[in-house]
Amino acid sequence: MNILTPLVVLLPLFGAAVALTQAKHPRVQMLIAVSALSAVMVVGIVLLVAVDANGAIAVELGGWQAPFGIVLVVDRLAALLLVVSAAVLLAVLVFSVGQGLADGDRETPVSIYYPTYLILATGVFNAFVAGDLFNLYVSFEILLVASFVLITVGGTELRIRAGVVYIVVSIVSSVIFLATIAMIYGATGTVNIAQLSVRLGELPPDIQLILHVMLLVAFGIKAAVFPLSFWLPDSYPTAPAPVTAVFAGLLTKVGVYAIMRTEMIIFPGGKLNTVLLIVAALTMIVGILGAVAQSDLKRLLSFTLVSHIGYMLFGIGLGTAAGLAAATYYIVHHITVQTTLFLATGLVERQGGTTGINRLGGMLKSSPLIGVLFFIPMLSLAGIPPFSGFLGKLALFEAGAQVGSVLAWVLIGVGALVALLTLYALARAWSMTFWRQTEEIAGYESPLPAHQTMGVSTEVKKARSTPRIMMGATAAMVMLTVALTVFAAPLFELSARAGANITGPGYYISTVFPGGTE
Amino acid sequence: MSASLTLVAAMAVMYAVGVFMLLERSMTRVLLGFLLVSNATNLLILIVSGRAGVAPFFGQEGLQADPLPQAFVLTSIVITFGISAFLMALIYRSWRLASVDVVYDDSEDIEVGRRRSSMTAEREVIGDETEFGIRAAAAVSDALDLAELERLEDQASIAEQLKTEELTIARSLADHAAAEHGAAEQKDPEQDDIEQVADR
Repeated sequence: MNILTPLVVLLPLFGAAVALTQAKHPRVQMLIAVSALSAVMVVGIVLLVAVDANGAIAVELGGWQAPFGIVLVVDRLAALLLVVSAAVLLAVLVFSVGQGLADGDRETPVSIYYPTYLILATGVFNAFVAGDLFNLYVSFEILLVASFVLITVGGTELRIRAGVVYIVVSIVSSVIFLATIAMIYGATGTVNIAQLSVRLGELPPDIQLILHVMLLVAFGIKAAVFPLSFWLPDSYPTAPAPVTAVFAGLLTKVGVYAIMRTEMIIFPGGKLNTVLLIVAALTMIVGILGAVAQSDLKRLLSFTLVSHIGYMLFGIGLGTAAGLAAATYYIVHHITVQTTLFLATGLVERQGGTTGINRLGGMLKSSPLIGVLFFIPMLSLAGIPPFSGFLGKLALFEAGAQVGSVLAWVLIGVGALVALLTLYALARAWSMTFWRQTEEIAGYESPLPAHQTMGVSTEVKKARSTPRIMMGATAAMVMLTVALTVFAAPLFELSARAGANITGPGYYISTVFPGGTE
Repeated sequence: MSASLTLVAAMAVMYAVGVFMLLERSMTRVLLGFLLVSNATNLLILIVSGRAGVAPFFGQEGLQADPLPQAFVLTSIVITFGISAFLMALIYRSWRLASVDVVYDDSEDIEVGRRRSSMTAEREVIGDETEFGIRAAAAVSDALDLAELERLEDQASIAEQLKTEELTIARSLADHAAAEHGAAEQKDPEQDDIEQVADR
């Protein structure tokens, strides 16, 4: 098992290097990318089974002992997220292969697209298994630099404007993160997460608070938590559909994962839980109110993405095993469902020529399959029974009711309201896009702001045929979201075990230091 | 632990200047600000790593510098280098596209702002005499004016494009007619008409 763990980072990294040498052979690159990600998925499944059966694994790289060298730690949470993110990355890759084959690589210039995509995957996987803070910082940088390239791919004026906002905000968050690491190292003399959870507790409380807040701010920007979420709806919608899908699915969740580790292992004890819960409520409300005001599908979905980060924070902020279990399940649900919705939007854009819902209509007649592919994840995101979104929200509300504080009940109310508003925003978009007659489009007076010429994909292009590969990839993702519902019981039990592992730092510390920290 | 005051002062100045420049609209300044801020962070790592001027690994007993922060700084320098190279490429691209390296306002946001301001047009803002109120109102109205200007320019360019297209169609019709009647050297009255359209 110990040999397998570094593979999840090395396979996509080597794949990227080899793919870069094959710049003139797109098919070879494609094969490399698909096989590297498939291999990671297989390794991830093996790790998940092994970790679930025998307990977490800590690998000391290069034979350096734990506090001195780099440690990779795979517990149930990390293994579960590895498997899900590998599956999502693979599906989106297949989608973009279909788009690239059909469009002659206009949207995704393959010579750099596949290697960059693999490097993004490397960063995501590395962040999940990183056992020390500096390694976490490096993996954030890996995935950020790859995402810089992907979000400005093609280099059009619109993408560069959106990209600059994204890049500058990401850079600021990275600088804050690095400065925090410097101060933590100065205060404790270590960056090993397991050792930190012991040594940080010995610091004076005010210094602990400063370090804690700085770390949360750095991760909060990445996770798009309310006061720090303004950049997301501004920068995501302009990127190509598969890129937006994978960003929406994975990058913010890496931030949420880091917040989870911070709250449970680096700074255990839940000193900022009240703040987290308030921020969670604000994230949900402000995000969904933004979504209601949008008339572009991609922007609407970006706002719902921000809004639903609040649910995960809710689970983390509760700080109980049940809350963490629900948050874990919700992360898995949200990664798949949000990605699927963005992929379906990619199909809508292809078929209808635009993502502005004021200009779309009659698509249920012209392409009923896309209607279904959008409808199922939409219901799931809004939390309609029996889909996974409902189960995730139910588990969160149960965990909140168990805690029973006033704030927890307020959060439950906000959560239910936001679920309804999500349904409202998405159902309106769906019925206008798919259900409306084509004749109604002309002369439609929308209460929503019309699109500027600078806006996102406003021009209505001629409908192109949608390749079967793109349909297939989206359908596979929809199947995955349905599978989350069908296999909810075993998955939720796994999430519960994962949540129980990280309720306190004890399990993590004993994994990295079987013989005690000192 | 003793820290060098010079380094601390240098770090503080670099952070201050860097943050100021990061807030600028010009991307070149943002790049310079980023370089300053990240080098200030490198200095911070050096400052917190303890006594300066001692060699790592080899030294008197108890007088060794910690090698780990130096590895951190090295890594972060490489990352800074990569990102600034990418930013420079981006600035160049932006310059090539628009001859500006300034980040514009988001037009969608402006559109939302315009609707709100038109809904509350009755509410006078003149009474708001705080510096912030007037400035904020001015910024919004400036942005709206800019957007309006852009829209007008777009309309003008679309009209121009339509005109050119009309011209091209007329020309191709004329060519077609000329090809048909080319052998007969007579002047076609219809062609005259088309040429008039083209001239127009």
